[in-house]
Amino acid sequence: MSSLNASFPLRPGRVHEACGPLAVAMAAVAAAQVSGLLWLRESWRPELINPLGLADYFDPARLLLAQTRDQTDTLAVAEESLRDGALPLVVIELSAPLSLTAGRRLQLAAKDGKTTGLCLIPEGMGSNAAETRWHCAPVFDPSDSTLMRWEIIKNKSGTLGAWHVRWNRASRRLDLVSPAGKRPGPAGAPG
Amino acid sequence: MKQANADRLYCLDTGAERAGLHCGMAYADARAFCPDLQTRPADPAGDARFLRMLRRWATRYCPWVGLEGRDGLVLDITGAAHLFGGEAMLLSDMRQRLVRAGLAARIGLADTRGAAWALAHHGEGRTEPGQPLAALEHLPVAALRLSEEAVTGLTRLGLRRIGELERTARAPLTRRFGPELLLRLDQAMGRQPEQISPLAEPPHYGVRLTLPEPIGLFDDVMAGTGRLLDQLCARLKAQEAGARSLCLTLRRVDQEAQTVELRLARPLRDAARILPLFERGVREVDAGYGIDQMRLEATRVEPQPVRQLSHVSSGRADRLDDLISRIGTRIGLENIQRFLPVDSHIPERGFTIAAAAWSEPGGPWAPPRPRPILLFPPEPLTATGTRPPERFRWRRMSLSTARATGPERIAPEWWLPDENWRGGVRDYWHVETRQGRRLWLFHTPQNPGWFVQGEFA
Repeated sequence: MSSLNASFPLRPGRVHEACGPLAVAMAAVAAAQVSGLLWLRESWRPELINPLGLADYFDPARLLLAQTRDQTDTLAVAEESLRDGALPLVVIELSAPLSLTAGRRLQLAAKDGKTTGLCLIPEGMGSNAAETRWHCAPVFDPSDSTLMRWEIIKNKSGTLGAWHVRWNRASRRLDLVSPAGKRPGPAGAPG
Repeated sequence: MKQANADRLYCLDTGAERAGLHCGMAYADARAFCPDLQTRPADPAGDARFLRMLRRWATRYCPWVGLEGRDGLVLDITGAAHLFGGEAMLLSDMRQRLVRAGLAARIGLADTRGAAWALAHHGEGRTEPGQPLAALEHLPVAALRLSEEAVTGLTRLGLRRIGELERTARAPLTRRFGPELLLRLDQAMGRQPEQISPLAEPPHYGVRLTLPEPIGLFDDVMAGTGRLLDQLCARLKAQEAGARSLCLTLRRVDQEAQTVELRLARPLRDAARILPLFERGVREVDAGYGIDQMRLEATRVEPQPVRQLSHVSSGRADRLDDLISRIGTRIGLENIQRFLPVDSHIPERGFTIAAAAWSEPGGPWAPPRPRPILLFPPEPLTATGTRPPERFRWRRMSLSTARATGPERIAPEWWLPDENWRGGVRDYWHVETRQGRRLWLFHTPQNPGWFVQGEFA
């Protein structure tokens, strides 16, 4: 049995990955636990994070947004800011798979700067160098409209697992929810 | 020149003066006097700029040059005239150069500032040393830089010339016109001192280094840059200023020049912090056969007063500014941004994006209702009706509505034209689908259609 606490406040000094429709929400939850973050995004992408929506998670004044021309610039800026360590969290929106070299360079930079990196990747484009990879999807629940399912689909130093979580807007805290008829814990774990 | 809602003449040339026009005359009147009058809109700011340039040029005659009114220069040529072969030679040299530049100038030269002003404005000339009265005697009293009322008053008394004024008893004049009149007279006659205050040169933030042997190695160039930066920062510190953008010009042996530009997130004058920011730019320089001259200039300078250091100094903020500057050298400083709240109900106008280097974090953020965390340009759905569709396809997924919250009607801001809001008012719905996705749909009743604009967490 592994609990969410073993893997969720993302291990610092490493770079993690999140995919799925609600990867942005996971980044927002991670940002709620740090004092400041840099959000890297390619300027051509149509989707834009909405600070009014993010205000439920953290104060958008702590967010710095860097708009880059292409993924090469994104990676260069990500490496620079991970190594610098002035901001404890760097969220990186990626549009193409990372090469092993690039992924490894990010890991080394995060280790030097003792910072956390979180790559938001399109589904199925993970890099082998990532410490953990998460899949985040919304779940419909008749009584609740913020339920999410977080699943670790890759973990370099721990076990996999899936959890139903809910963001508590009032207390700004992540609540673990046990789905009806199932136990929280690793997916399909017996009894 | 537009003044008090009427076009007036601002300044005119000698030809126009001969035709009977004068400054401050209404434009319509002037055209009636002189049908072939050629006018151009006045540009006082441009004139002032030109006058400053001319002032700089005039320092070739003497170091003490100040501005006089809006159209004059005053030079203190004490001890400088002999360099040009005497006062007469200096005057003719100055006149010649000005005429060659296409400028009409009236020059007066005298022992005192007052006398020189009088000569320059009312008939040109030059006084013999020690005898100002001889040259000034026949000039009108207005040449003494007097106020309008004083001149009128003197004219009423029959005192029209400076010579007449000089011969009048002083005490009654003071009683009638105040000390101003005689002060001006004494200044012109040299009985009262008057200074010329030269205009201060604006500080120049540029330093350069010429090398006896060309250099080409990265470390050497950085060492040179470091030396220049030390000088520049000392100068910035003396002026309590900080550099906002810097330009390093490297001139190569073959006369090619390369520039490295650096823009900073905060005004800085700390050489140790600026120097590492140059590394990236210097690395890209092609040294060719070597670099033999380096020039560093602060192209944009902002005031940065000296501050008290404290033990709770903002070390983290400094680090963040350095990081922003460093990233900025790669992707452009204006691409590092932050969100600022805006008081608007329109979802995409509820915030602005401002460059982080030129803004302060704002707040508070208080969305009126839950808002999606992702926004995208509206994507149309094939659906009809005023209630959210039971089933719809979006991004090649077929979704079915399980719960819909709404509508929240948002009206366009008619005072700001917006192409995207041509569809009229929008009814926003928070739609939770059975498949999990929680979307922000809107319906435009005035122009029926359904769109997806955002996604909730």
